Amino acid sequence: MDPKLKKTKDSSSNSANSPDSTHSSFPFPDEVLERVLSLLHSHKDRSSVSLVCKDWYNAERWTRTKLFIGNCYSVSPEIVARRFPRIKSVTLKGKPRFSDFNLVPQYWGADVHSWLVMFAKVYPFLEELRLKRMTLSDESLKFLATSFPGFKALSLLSCDGFSTDGLKAIATHCKNLTELDIQENGIDDFGGGWLSSFSENCSSLEVLNFASLSSDVSFDALEKLVRRCKSLRILKVNKSISLDQLQQLLVHAPQLIELGTGSFQQELTPWQYEDLETAFSNCKNLQALSGLWEATSLHLPVLYAACASLTFLNLSYAALQSGELAKLVAHSPNLRRLWVLDTVGDKGLEAVGSSCPLLEELRVFPADPYELDLHHGVTEAGFLAVSHGCRKLHYVLYFCRQMTNAAVATIVLNCPDFTHFRLCIMNPGEPDYLTNEPMDEAFGAVVKTCTNLRRLAVSGLLTDLTFKYIGKYAKNLETLSVAFAGSSDRGMQCVLQGCPKLRKLEIRDSPFGNAALLSGVEKYETMRSLWMSACNVTMSACRLLAKDMPRLNVEVMRDEGSDDRQADKVYVYRSVAGPRRDAPPFVLSL
Amino acid sequence: MSPPLLGVGEDEGHSNAMLLASLASLERMCKNGSDLKEQNYMGLSDCSSVDSSNISITSKDNSGRGLNLKATELRLGIPGSRSPERNSEPCPLNSVKLDEKLLFPLCPMKTVVTGNKRGFSDAMDGYTEGKDISTLEVNLTPLPRPSVNPNVKVGSAKEKPATQPAKMKEAMSQNAVEEIPHNKSENILNHVNRANNEKSAPATKAQVVGWPPIRQFRKSTLASASKNTEEVDGKTSGTALFVKVSMDGAPYLRKVDLKTYSAYQELSSSLEKKFSGFTINQYASHGAPSKEMLVESKLNNLLRGSEYVLTYEDKDGDWMLVGDVPWEMFINTCKRLRIMKSSDAIGLAPRAVEKMSRQKIAT
Repeated sequence: MDPKLKKTKDSSSNSANSPDSTHSSFPFPDEVLERVLSLLHSHKDRSSVSLVCKDWYNAERWTRTKLFIGNCYSVSPEIVARRFPRIKSVTLKGKPRFSDFNLVPQYWGADVHSWLVMFAKVYPFLEELRLKRMTLSDESLKFLATSFPGFKALSLLSCDGFSTDGLKAIATHCKNLTELDIQENGIDDFGGGWLSSFSENCSSLEVLNFASLSSDVSFDALEKLVRRCKSLRILKVNKSISLDQLQQLLVHAPQLIELGTGSFQQELTPWQYEDLETAFSNCKNLQALSGLWEATSLHLPVLYAACASLTFLNLSYAALQSGELAKLVAHSPNLRRLWVLDTVGDKGLEAVGSSCPLLEELRVFPADPYELDLHHGVTEAGFLAVSHGCRKLHYVLYFCRQMTNAAVATIVLNCPDFTHFRLCIMNPGEPDYLTNEPMDEAFGAVVKTCTNLRRLAVSGLLTDLTFKYIGKYAKNLETLSVAFAGSSDRGMQCVLQGCPKLRKLEIRDSPFGNAALLSGVEKYETMRSLWMSACNVTMSACRLLAKDMPRLNVEVMRDEGSDDRQADKVYVYRSVAGPRRDAPPFVLSL
Repeated sequence: MSPPLLGVGEDEGHSNAMLLASLASLERMCKNGSDLKEQNYMGLSDCSSVDSSNISITSKDNSGRGLNLKATELRLGIPGSRSPERNSEPCPLNSVKLDEKLLFPLCPMKTVVTGNKRGFSDAMDGYTEGKDISTLEVNLTPLPRPSVNPNVKVGSAKEKPATQPAKMKEAMSQNAVEEIPHNKSENILNHVNRANNEKSAPATKAQVVGWPPIRQFRKSTLASASKNTEEVDGKTSGTALFVKVSMDGAPYLRKVDLKTYSAYQELSSSLEKKFSGFTINQYASHGAPSKEMLVESKLNNLLRGSEYVLTYEDKDGDWMLVGDVPWEMFINTCKRLRIMKSSDAIGLAPRAVEKMSRQKIAT
């Protein structure tokens, strides 16, 4: 951050809005100030800038073009419209993260429509909209497509409520579309006709991702689209695209930087095989590769030529065995990010450790999450192997069935730079399988050693000790996910009292009760949100919290048939917009 | 042990007296209390007590025998704890089995096996501290409270109650106990030690909503993907027998499911189709077949007359000519197939074929 900005922020923090103090000491005319501030892009920096003084607040609001709202209910469209007059790009996040795992009922809210209506009024030149965990209908999509003539980029991640008809509207009306990124949404797939709705004149696409849609698209339409969009750099197709079709696409788009293949299983003639190999080797700019559904050792070798430049390999939909992965990573020495399924086993991960010294991020997903047999999947050995070979590892998401405290301690010694440590021992409450002790020491080692830790997800058998460690050592922690852990209120209290940078705390099925909830009363306004479900919180405590903290929204959802006093799901978040006005009946705003 | 508490479970429909007897015997049996300690963990011991003082099970050690007693007696009053195959045999001699069934009624809830040796008491502490008494009471009384925790999905076929008793018995014998909390609050108490158990017995487990934390899209994609993988690898026992087929000079191998054929002829014509791309186009006319190859084996003839010989590797690792043994035997011993160039197979086939022909002549 610009040191000058920092200095002024510190000195003026006491007189943030006093009108006379700063005007004379800053000889810059507004235009200059605005020019300088327009170079700032990070919304955190911009927030800091806006706190300096009124002039800076104004300059900042006039120059902000990208809006980031981490919780759509923390602010209202009206407030946003009043403050920021010139927004071109909006990122909106809605539901609590646990909605990804079916813990939030349908029709909970986070509907984007009211935002779109406001945007149409105030930001007619809106170009980008990125939504995460929001609900949007086909009508909203149609409204979006027709209300903003300059609209360019739409990205929908983990959203729901719409269908391919909405996509059709986007394809039809957005003449300057550069980005259409549809990921993992609860979407009604009525067919692939939407793709054919792109006009023949549309040649501006740079990003097209429809990998998570299931129905067939017209290959002819797709091919023509790819052919005329010369700036296409990210193309991720869905399973309906076969290998030989992929080859034809690649021939038209060798400039691709990111590619998501379709189905990777097909009977090919030898020439088709060779052609495919050639097509891949011609993609000299390929940095990221994904898709690869049903990939087997039969066809993986066509990728080898392209692997040399790869920095991101997403094999999380390809159930590879250890040998197949080993061969693939042997050709990919520049990998920075790797996502795999646990079918590769510890052996596969050993190969990763020895082949990818530059690896920074590893995600291992379970191929069969409900399988209890320990002989499947990965163990602590695989993680250890990666940590030995990949010292730069700083992001890990690891699903396993067994782990030991000692292994984790060694892992963080090998890789002390973890910023994101998400360990999921799949059986709730599973102890260290060698010593039968809780996994407290493992996470203790993580927080003690990894001083840059920003995100932590804990699992396994954990007592309050884990949380004491977290509170004591995790001074940079921003996001904490807890499930089936802890012994008493003390645990949660330690975290709330000890982690100064905590922004998101999500807890499920843990024995934290009213005392714990209320101990954070001063803290929640500094956080984005708190989620507690299946804990020991009662309605009375929630009401107390709501009463004491008017700028917090305290919302409770009760499970069917549960006691009136029990607050089964509690969602607490700071808001300047007051309680929700669109809450469905099952959401109680206290 | 106060009999009145037993009476709370009036919807149980079992003779309380019998239960009393069995409980008493259980106590006698488990003198060391180690087994009962685990049972003790069940929130039932806490929540079934009507007055809060019982919830003072805050002792940091699992030593209280009194807890064990409470655990056994209080467990009876759980509403919704019907088990479909609940065995009403009350005989104390069957105490282990009986205890399991009565004391751990099988309801389609989350079942987690508990262990000992952990800071369970810690879990219980936390559990009890913030707990509303009223909720605990609800656990006792036969109120119209759904016995299924809405957060808990009924388990898949793996968790059929019928299989549980056996598993539970095993669990018991391995010093661990299977828990069946029927209240989401009891989910908290499911931090339990299954370590020992897991390795020995494929434990049954109901699915917990949203756990493991995987997005829906990935879950459904993987579900279908794993089915495919299983079929391809022949992991599904008995329904497929895939073996690799390599052909000299081809860039990649194929796999065939031997079970889909019933005779050598079918196999060879299928292979012909699969590898036709190579032979027809790349290895067309290569001269007259060597006479040595044209002997005896009908299969060889089928394989484009002569250029190639179909061989297989058997269980002993030897490369054999396909066609010698009866089909059934062949399926059982074949590990992989190789379509060899006849030139490579000179050492192999002729001798085998000659030997066979000599044998035929001899017999």
